[in-house]
Amino acid sequence: MNLTLKIWRQKGPKDQGKMVDYKVSDISEHMSFLEMLDVLNEQLIEKGEEPVAFDHDCREGICGMCSLYINGEAHGPDRGVTTCQLHMRMFNDGDTIYIEPFRAKAFPIIKDLTVDRSAFDRIQHAGGYVSVNTSGNTQDANAIPIPKDDADKAFDAATCIGCGACVASCKNSSAMLYVSAKVSQFALLPQGQIEAKDRVLNMVNQMDLEGFGNCTNTGACEVECPKGISLENIARMNREFLKASIK
Amino acid sequence: MSTLDSKIPKGPLKDKWTSYKDKINLVNPANKRNIDVIVVGTGLAGGSASATLAELGYNVKAFCYQDSPRRAHSIAAQGGINAAKNYQGDGDSVYRLFYDTVKGGDYRSREANVYRLAEVSANIIDQCVAQGVPFARDYGGLLDNRSFGGVLVSRTFYAKGQTGQQLLLGAYSAMNRQIARGKIQMHNRHEMLDVVVVDGKARGIIARNLVTGEIERHSAHAVVIASGGYGNVYFLSTNAMGSNATAAWKIHKKGAYFANPCYTQIHPTCIPRSGDYQSKLTLMSESLRNDGRIWVPKNMDDVKAIREGKLKPTQIAEENRDYYLERRYPAFGNLVPRDVASRAAKERCDAGYGVNATGEAVYLDFASAIQRYGKEEALVKGLDASDAKLVKKLGQDIVKAKYGNLFQMYEKITDDNPYETPMMIYPAVHYTMGGIWVDYNLMTTVPGLYAIGEANFSDHGANRLGASALMQGLADGYFVLPYTIGDYLSNDIRTGEISTDSPEFEEAEKSVKDTIEKFINNKGSHSVDYFHKKLGNIMWNKCGMSRNEQGLKEAIQEIKELREQFWKEVNVPGTANEFNKELEKAGRVADFLELGELFAKDALHRTESCGGHFREESVETDGEQKGEALRDDQNFAYVAAWEYKGEPSDAVLHKEQLEFNDIELKQRSYK
Ligand SMILES: Cc1cc2nc3c(=O)[nH]c(=O)nc-3n(C[C@H](O)[C@H](O)[C@H](O)COP(=O)(O)OP(=O)(O)OC[C@H]3O[C@@H](n4cnc5c(N)ncnc54)[C@H](O)[C@@H]3O)c2cc1C
Ligand code: SF4
Ligand code: FES
Repeated sequence: MNLTLKIWRQKGPKDQGKMVDYKVSDISEHMSFLEMLDVLNEQLIEKGEEPVAFDHDCREGICGMCSLYINGEAHGPDRGVTTCQLHMRMFNDGDTIYIEPFRAKAFPIIKDLTVDRSAFDRIQHAGGYVSVNTSGNTQDANAIPIPKDDADKAFDAATCIGCGACVASCKNSSAMLYVSAKVSQFALLPQGQIEAKDRVLNMVNQMDLEGFGNCTNTGACEVECPKGISLENIARMNREFLKASIK
Repeated sequence: MSTLDSKIPKGPLKDKWTSYKDKINLVNPANKRNIDVIVVGTGLAGGSASATLAELGYNVKAFCYQDSPRRAHSIAAQGGINAAKNYQGDGDSVYRLFYDTVKGGDYRSREANVYRLAEVSANIIDQCVAQGVPFARDYGGLLDNRSFGGVLVSRTFYAKGQTGQQLLLGAYSAMNRQIARGKIQMHNRHEMLDVVVVDGKARGIIARNLVTGEIERHSAHAVVIASGGYGNVYFLSTNAMGSNATAAWKIHKKGAYFANPCYTQIHPTCIPRSGDYQSKLTLMSESLRNDGRIWVPKNMDDVKAIREGKLKPTQIAEENRDYYLERRYPAFGNLVPRDVASRAAKERCDAGYGVNATGEAVYLDFASAIQRYGKEEALVKGLDASDAKLVKKLGQDIVKAKYGNLFQMYEKITDDNPYETPMMIYPAVHYTMGGIWVDYNLMTTVPGLYAIGEANFSDHGANRLGASALMQGLADGYFVLPYTIGDYLSNDIRTGEISTDSPEFEEAEKSVKDTIEKFINNKGSHSVDYFHKKLGNIMWNKCGMSRNEQGLKEAIQEIKELREQFWKEVNVPGTANEFNKELEKAGRVADFLELGELFAKDALHRTESCGGHFREESVETDGEQKGEALRDDQNFAYVAAWEYKGEPSDAVLHKEQLEFNDIELKQRSYK
């Protein structure tokens, strides 16, 4: 395939960025999207130009590092995948592809397509844990049976990879889906009950401080989430929040 | 040749750790506040160590090159984590886990370390459950287990195909609690580029802020390296793109011995490569071998027809399939250890039976599992077990519940539906058993410098069993290092803060800056990847699944030449003082180009076959084991620890003789 790429280039956090056009040719449909960008970068280096900076690491959809906004969609046109799992067979010869960073006030741009998502970590610092010491002097793992259904739901919520696609897809740049995934995981497990109130209040508070927007229930986040994190988690967090606020 | 002191405590194997813990020196809580520890890496090993050390009261400075500790490559581990809980009542025990691990490692690991690992394994599960790690459970609400290669019990705990993710998020949450309390200072997007040794002790590191390019000095009373494995020396592997040997290699250059670099694990079940543009390989968890059967066609005509697209695997009758693992290893079948399974796949493909265009693929087939589960489920639900369609549907649902995310991952990459047609798989580089040499305390040959997790060499001998790396990483970080490091730090309670204004820091910083300048000013004609791919080719072809004297000698020469060419011709665009991914890669590849040569040198000197290290010259020549790998315990029952002396070719070999008092050395048989 031959493609035209329109890519956001921005030298640094304070620079003004712009879209720049590139052409790549002989792209195989079996390539991943990032491998296609590798090809472009090799071309640029060969020509003495600066390669496009984008975040990536595992390239198998689990680390949450890759984060491109492709043709107006976080992680591109395919469903249930991250950018690194997106394959070129989703595109056609002659296509023009727009590639931008995940945009949100709380995710400042570092360079080109790379953004700073440390706000996500700070929300976890505010309460995304169970306060248990790691000394190993805990009770036997099977001492508290947990209904399979709860365990499975907690697991589903816990599979969030912290990529930020939910924020990038939301017209309000809300982080509700991300935060609710962690709140839900612990709300569904007995281990999480003791600190449940503080957890939800503190995490939501930190989310607001970071400058993420409000949730207006549009549901774009669920559609673009590569891990299928469900809106039910937001509903559960809202209930937890209400419970905690009433005292 | 000197001997190494492994500091293994005296006494019976099963009491060593307990009685040792009772006797080692401790640091009192008030003094811990005055002691700093640097931890490089936030994977299972570094993350768990950081959290625990901080909780004990030390000031921890943690580093990772990603934008968050949660992204360390431990996140990608799929299949599970072993623990001798014996919840299934199938005869498991600490001794059995210990035995399996030593045997699986082909008798090239240290008994005392492995026993301790097995001992603390059960605790890991308790710990993780307390943290809220959502392991798989059965309908009674209790923890579920699966079995993994090379063993006869079900001791593997799992969270679907995302066990590493869930365990890492557990460690990350424990870190977050300490970050919030100010006990861990987290340095994301930082790369350690050197260790600083003052008066013979590790006292700090030089790190590059990957966003600004600034070179920083960080001091501490001890330094812990938890930077993962070096599989990317092959360019293509199941590691993350950024996984690197730099931290390990830099400490090697400052005096830490590097052990058994040639012990690499080539994992049997990965998605085959599809083209030259390929940037990494994807693992399909070993857990799939519980239910998947591996085969190639028996007849060459069928192979040809398949390659030409004229025949589908599902059209080949049972009697025309060669389930070669079941045929060769009836006792373990598809669950032989990884090294054995990988070589068997290579053997079939080399003989011409590979089932894709490149001839490098075999089938992993779930059809019989789907049938089996489907029938079972139909009976349980009181439905018609002779209704083929229903049975298939029910069976697929069960397989989906067990391996759903792996099947989805496979389909997204290959565009093939593995519920309907067998997967295609081929071995790929996955894990490095070799690593920094450490003693029983996990200390390297440099005082105050520790190595944990995949970065050290300690527990897996020449071959690692599935689900044991997660166990080791967490054992090191949660339960072993926090004790042993106290013994060392108890001498540092009056030292006070370590200054970064010393000639040693000055010098280390300067050498880091010089190297960076060199890269930036070189303006050569080839990209970093150009060299990395070439190195990968040499490694795969000559230091891969099977090795011989001639190939290894060639590899040493070729890597050396490539390294010289690299320094002359590499092109690193951009500047030093900015976010510059090519510059990061250049430093990593420079280190791989040295490590690769030491790797080949180690492989050349070890003329026996053991575990993942297969020397064509050392095979059984007759009997039931004909053609299988042949170990040489007489001459090679030792750890090869290499001391840096300038060029890799000058490295000096030190031997740690391995003693087996509690296990009888046997030729491994999985027949
Ligand atoms: C795809 C895959 C599947 C696997 N599945 C399983 C499984 O099912 N069961 C099992 O037991 N094992 C499995 N393994 C093996 C296991 O996951 C790893 O061996 C283990 O997680 C390594 O953990 P670690 O903490 O040592 O290193 P890692 O998790 O690799 O962490 C390395 C850390 O070091 C940091 N780092 C590296 N270099 C530097 C530097 N120079 N400066 C600063 N920071 C640095 C990184 O940022 C990262 O935080 C799997 C491995 C892979 C690749
Ligand atoms: S909720 Fe989904 S989209 Fe949002 S961070 Fe988690 S995985 Fe990414
Ligand atoms: S690179 Fe890890 S999720 Fe895409």
